[in-house]
Amino acid sequence: MTQRIPIVENILSANDNMAVRIREALDRANVYAINIMASPGAGKTSLIIKTLEALKGRLRLGVIEGDLATSIDTDKAIAAGMPAVQINTGGECHLDAVMLADALPKLPLINLDLVIVENVGNLVCPANFKIGTHINVLIASIPEGDDKPYKYPGMYKGVQALIINKVDLLPYVPFNMDYFQLGVEILNPGLVTFPLSAKTGEGMNVWTDWLVAQVKQKNK
Amino acid sequence: MHELAVTQSILDISLRHAEKVNAKQIVTINLVIGRFSSVVDDSVQFYWDMIAEGTIAQGARLCFERIAAEMTCQECGLAFEPTDETFACPKCLSPKVRITKGEELRVESIDVE
Repeated sequence: MTQRIPIVENILSANDNMAVRIREALDRANVYAINIMASPGAGKTSLIIKTLEALKGRLRLGVIEGDLATSIDTDKAIAAGMPAVQINTGGECHLDAVMLADALPKLPLINLDLVIVENVGNLVCPANFKIGTHINVLIASIPEGDDKPYKYPGMYKGVQALIINKVDLLPYVPFNMDYFQLGVEILNPGLVTFPLSAKTGEGMNVWTDWLVAQVKQKNK
Repeated sequence: MHELAVTQSILDISLRHAEKVNAKQIVTINLVIGRFSSVVDDSVQFYWDMIAEGTIAQGARLCFERIAAEMTCQECGLAFEPTDETFACPKCLSPKVRITKGEELRVESIDVE
């Protein structure tokens, strides 16, 4: 005889539970962690490198790099003088909590204030997979076009801060900022947004000052 | 690619609940998947046939209840399906709208023998 068993359980609950445990481990070590997500080519790595440079001496930093197969990004972080760990996802399109749980102990957490996690370049699914960081940060970039909030709503909904990178290209690329920001406001009302250029440095200090304030507030 | 992780979770959840009632076989798994969850039915089915093999869920039928995206206007109260070009309310054109459906991603129930 067939019997129906009601379940009503989120499919990603196992990942969510692991993310909770990671957050607890971070809090115990008094470390603030951010998860940086973006499409390929939005400038994740260069923004992280510039952020690391700007925060040197102000915060003790570590980096976790998610990548499909190479360690080019990690090499750049190590070259900038930061403890860095590489996660090769082996084809997976996002980081998940289990990968973070493996990578985190490889960093000297007790000596760090801030861990920056670079997720896999992808605008579809990384926001669905919590990894235990305190905030998710999305990097949009001007050449991607102003329609991305409408095409990838899940990503724009699932973040606590938005960076709009490559604003130095605004004079050369059609990009309707009002249209873009309207989509963002609908999906994520009041989202804190940082227009900047990692290349020219314009707007970088607003972002880094905000980040320092987040870390300090947490570690109070 | 993330359907493998999703499918593995579906299997884990289903087996855990089936074992609680000492089921011999899982016949059907009822899933509720919203438009915003970016999960593709065919991919889940593809992985399912591989990973369920050798478990009591082997051969179980996956039933997908798809939930369309729905937004609700905060000004006039209209509920509507957004396009991927604009989210504004089609009636009063207000941009003050909120997502009200489409984020579901859950195992609703299983049928066991």
